[in-house]
Amino acid sequence: MTRNKTMLYGAIMAFTFIAPFAFPTYGTQLATLWLMIIVALTWDMTGGQMGYNSLGNIFFYGTGMYVAALIAIGMSYDVGEYTSAAGGGIYEFTDLQYFGGMALGVLGAGLFCSLTAVIIGSLTFGLRGPYFAIGTLGVAIAAGELVSNWDWVGGGQGIALPVYPGDLDVGKTFFYFLFAAVGVATFLFCKWLYGTRFGAAINAIRDDEEKADAMGIHTLRYKLYTWAMAAFFVGLAGGISAFQLIHFEPLESAYQTINLGIFMVVCVLLGGKGTLWGPVVGAILFHLFKEITWNYLLGWQWVALGALIVVTVVYFQDGLMGWLEYKKPEWFGIKVEKKASGEAR
Amino acid sequence: MSSIIDVSAVSKSFGGVVANKDVSLSVNSGTITGLIGPNGSGKTTLFNSIVGYHPIDSGSIKFEGKEISDLSVQQIARRGLLRTFQQTRIYGAMDGVQNMLISLPHRKMSIFDALKTFTREDYERADHLLEFVGLYEKRMLKSGDLSFGQQKLLEFAMALMNEPTCLLLDEPTAGINPTLINGLIDRLKRANSEFGITLFVIEHNMRVIMNMAEKIYCLAHGEMLAEGTPDEIQNDQRVIDAYLGAH
Repeated sequence: MTRNKTMLYGAIMAFTFIAPFAFPTYGTQLATLWLMIIVALTWDMTGGQMGYNSLGNIFFYGTGMYVAALIAIGMSYDVGEYTSAAGGGIYEFTDLQYFGGMALGVLGAGLFCSLTAVIIGSLTFGLRGPYFAIGTLGVAIAAGELVSNWDWVGGGQGIALPVYPGDLDVGKTFFYFLFAAVGVATFLFCKWLYGTRFGAAINAIRDDEEKADAMGIHTLRYKLYTWAMAAFFVGLAGGISAFQLIHFEPLESAYQTINLGIFMVVCVLLGGKGTLWGPVVGAILFHLFKEITWNYLLGWQWVALGALIVVTVVYFQDGLMGWLEYKKPEWFGIKVEKKASGEAR
Repeated sequence: MSSIIDVSAVSKSFGGVVANKDVSLSVNSGTITGLIGPNGSGKTTLFNSIVGYHPIDSGSIKFEGKEISDLSVQQIARRGLLRTFQQTRIYGAMDGVQNMLISLPHRKMSIFDALKTFTREDYERADHLLEFVGLYEKRMLKSGDLSFGQQKLLEFAMALMNEPTCLLLDEPTAGINPTLINGLIDRLKRANSEFGITLFVIEHNMRVIMNMAEKIYCLAHGEMLAEGTPDEIQNDQRVIDAYLGAH
């Protein structure tokens, strides 16, 4: 079992390294796949493991983009002048300015998003179930509207960042590996976290928050920490996206509630809520489905996506991993009472 | 003997319904105290008031000499005053061991302790307490699949895992097979004598409560009707009338 696992992890890591060179034309697609995996894994931290379905995690993605871009620009130029030129002025970035700004910007984006998660969380974690979902969705939509009216950060025009210095194909591979590194880090982080007492405590909140309260678990504090951790990784991913996309604007690319904001939820539902591998598997399946329908069913792609969501929610609520866990519980180390040895007493 | 819980002149109404009126009682440290009364007499409301589920209208509740009536459920639980539920609450999707591990006392745990994995001692303690309540063989089963009685035992074991100073039990024997009740009485007594946990028990089964408690309080219509030793309560005409409906 452990040997199989080592081989599985080895194969995945090998594929991760080889993929951008084996399929060079799909470089950006593969980077987007890692982005999907990151946002799905982090969505599942609160949605699947803690029972708080947020529709506003896209807020951290958009905020991460802006924070990373503003830090990178602000380190070298005046932000107001840069954005009011809207890419028209000539602003050169040396390699050091570009990569230094990116490194600090992406990291700063993660930290800033963690902080905002704590602030927004203290306001919204009093809400339960669908109210929490709608409340957080409201935050993301409001943030998009506010930012698009804020001229200092480019308003509705958004921000144009400098292009990757050097060969653009190398740039694509570079961004792929950045996303892959954050994705692997997120996965390992989740794998570790779910095995700790903290992980058990957030599962307790999901299964019966009132009981968790009655047992003396710091429920609000743990909810805030969990969301802050999720927001950190989403913030990193947003920051990287800002540099990968070069130009982004608030409503369609940063705070894209109806695209990535919903996709991350669908990925998790497809793969299986509350499982470690579910979000990863779901993200891969979803990305394949999306690329295929967007290419071969153009014009009907949103209909196909809607149908997929309906079928998943109605007939396949536990997702692929949940279904496997039900069918093959022994694969997951779950013991089921056999009828033969059953209730004798 | 010093008292650990002091309830004095507590009143609680829900709209026009007076659930508790001027209720006073005290639970002595290290003892088993009973709370009885007909259905709807306000026993569970009083429990809920003590552990902080709702604010009280007037009066005072002290735990270990400190006022707790303005604290939240979690804060009270972290001081070591724990309750079990009449409608058993366990984490049904998890197995017995996971249920036990989740119940480790968080009052002794900093965030850095929380970010550690469970230790071998944690597992040993979980196994030991599951053995204590007689669920060791069933520890790997999904706890939602256990019978109601077994779930009650699991909830009791979870409460012990939390290392409380004082435990409030809301009808621990309700729904338990009569042949298992003797075993449960024995375990409750041992939890009291071996682990030194003060027990405050709501119970409808007179045989159980008369067997266990040193002191019993009887509520009727939200008011304290009688208090005394099991013998005194059993022979109190007011208690008999309250149960037979002479009121």
